[in-house]
Amino acid sequence: MSASLIIFFVLALLAIFAAVSLILQRHPIHSALSLIVVMVALAGLYLLMGAEFVAAVQIIVYGGAIMVLFVFVIMLLNAEEEERTNFSKMARFAGIPLALAIAGFIAAAIARNAGSLPAAEPSGALTSTKTLSNLLFSDFVYPFELTSFLILVAILGAIVLAQREN
Amino acid sequence: MTDFLTKYAFLIVPIIKIAILVFIILTVDAYLTWIERKVIAHIQARWGPHRVGPHGLLQPLADGVKFIFKEDPLPSHVDKLAYFLAPFITLMLALTSLAVIPFGPQKFTVFGYETHVGIADVNISLLVLFSITALSVYGIALAGWASNSKYSLLGGLRSSAQMISYELALTLSVVGVLLIAGDFSLRSIVVQQSSGHGLLTWNIFPQIIGFLCFYIAAIAETNRVPFDLPEAESELVAGFHTEYASMKFAMFFIAEYTNMITVSCLATILFFGGWLSPFPTAWTFTHYLPSVILIPFGIWVFFDGIRYENLFGRLMLPGVGSALVVIGAALAFFPFLNDAIQGPFWFLAKVFTFLFVYIWMRGTLPRFRYDQLMSFGWKFLLPVSIANVVLTSIVILWRMH
Repeated sequence: MSASLIIFFVLALLAIFAAVSLILQRHPIHSALSLIVVMVALAGLYLLMGAEFVAAVQIIVYGGAIMVLFVFVIMLLNAEEEERTNFSKMARFAGIPLALAIAGFIAAAIARNAGSLPAAEPSGALTSTKTLSNLLFSDFVYPFELTSFLILVAILGAIVLAQREN
Repeated sequence: MTDFLTKYAFLIVPIIKIAILVFIILTVDAYLTWIERKVIAHIQARWGPHRVGPHGLLQPLADGVKFIFKEDPLPSHVDKLAYFLAPFITLMLALTSLAVIPFGPQKFTVFGYETHVGIADVNISLLVLFSITALSVYGIALAGWASNSKYSLLGGLRSSAQMISYELALTLSVVGVLLIAGDFSLRSIVVQQSSGHGLLTWNIFPQIIGFLCFYIAAIAETNRVPFDLPEAESELVAGFHTEYASMKFAMFFIAEYTNMITVSCLATILFFGGWLSPFPTAWTFTHYLPSVILIPFGIWVFFDGIRYENLFGRLMLPGVGSALVVIGAALAFFPFLNDAIQGPFWFLAKVFTFLFVYIWMRGTLPRFRYDQLMSFGWKFLLPVSIANVVLTSIVILWRMH
């Protein structure tokens, strides 16, 4: 077993356990912390595939900026521990079989096509700032500009909503 | 045995390097507290630590022993997981960030494995540093929230808000350097500043605005005076670490000093040419500068130590002085040592200058008010660093045509 395979399994299991813990934790802060672990483990997986830039941005944007806001809001609202409610009947009779069925379908589809699925090519060349910016401002210029416009609209919307009370 | 060593050198060499670096950094952290107390004491016309060892030189050791043996009470109703995790996260991230700093130009070979001065030489080292900075907010925020104390909570909230606000200015102020270098690797940013003309080609001259923004934002990121609102003792007792004692308190403290070292290293690398000498390469006589500084300093320590007030000092200080003279002489007479020391000497000299500025500011500047801090960060620092990015881009574009 090669070293990268071992690292892959460690990171993948870490991500899955943290994701399960995110759902099962009763305190919002603990859930948020689990989500941060998921983000960092995913960044590790990107790094393993040779996508260094994406890995770093994953941690800076998702692990840093977005999750800090989550934690910040939870701390400001002083959210208490949640109480466990009874399992609804809908979840027991429809939810669990459906979830199992979807997981089974996905696993079966992957298992059947395991040999023919093309592996993603390592994107090591992308880390050069010049290549990256050339791609962003030539091939992907419309998605890039549209995304920034969308974010601008969202920021303006947030300011308008926050100002309304005054 | 040698087969084993050569086969696993890629694993063993980094582990040895990590152990050495952690030892050095923890020692420097300890003596940084001594330097800080001494310098501030002299700014305020006091003596500073003077009891434990000659000139208080053993004070860090005594502090360390005290931290280990102090009682560590657990406040009631704390969130245990987050309360124990917070100091570990803070210290771990602070030490991790040093892994990508290159300390010198040399490559050397151990067990047939070629390696650098510095632990990891990754091609996105600047991004790695920023991602670690982005994560280090959690340590402080969690410490404040988990302690179940209003002072801690307010301190934690304040510092998270402050760190998020100044992170933007910090990241944007570096973009100018990135535009000039065209690379995320700290090593190539330093190499790109070398030209043989000494300090004339350092990034500080085209990027003076960027440097000022970077340094101010970095001081705010490390929660130091004049931006030490999170631990403003007159209003918040001790801020986010009010409820921490003993070794857990020491971990926050070590993390703070390690972050100071990282920021000083980063300022040195990005704007002041890293390990490059400020003199032109043709001036080979400047290679003897380390000896010229070390030998007279050693002689002064020797003769000052002979007439110290107690016997221990009269033995220890002349010993330290003669050791310094011997090291200085060795650096002058052995050419390979002289070559090897040039890079690390200039790097350390610049880093210690920045660390001294940190302490100097702590001794002289008053603290910001919280609203001043926020409006300064958002309404002044951020626009100025964006303007710096635009200006640098225009100049680069103009030169290209």
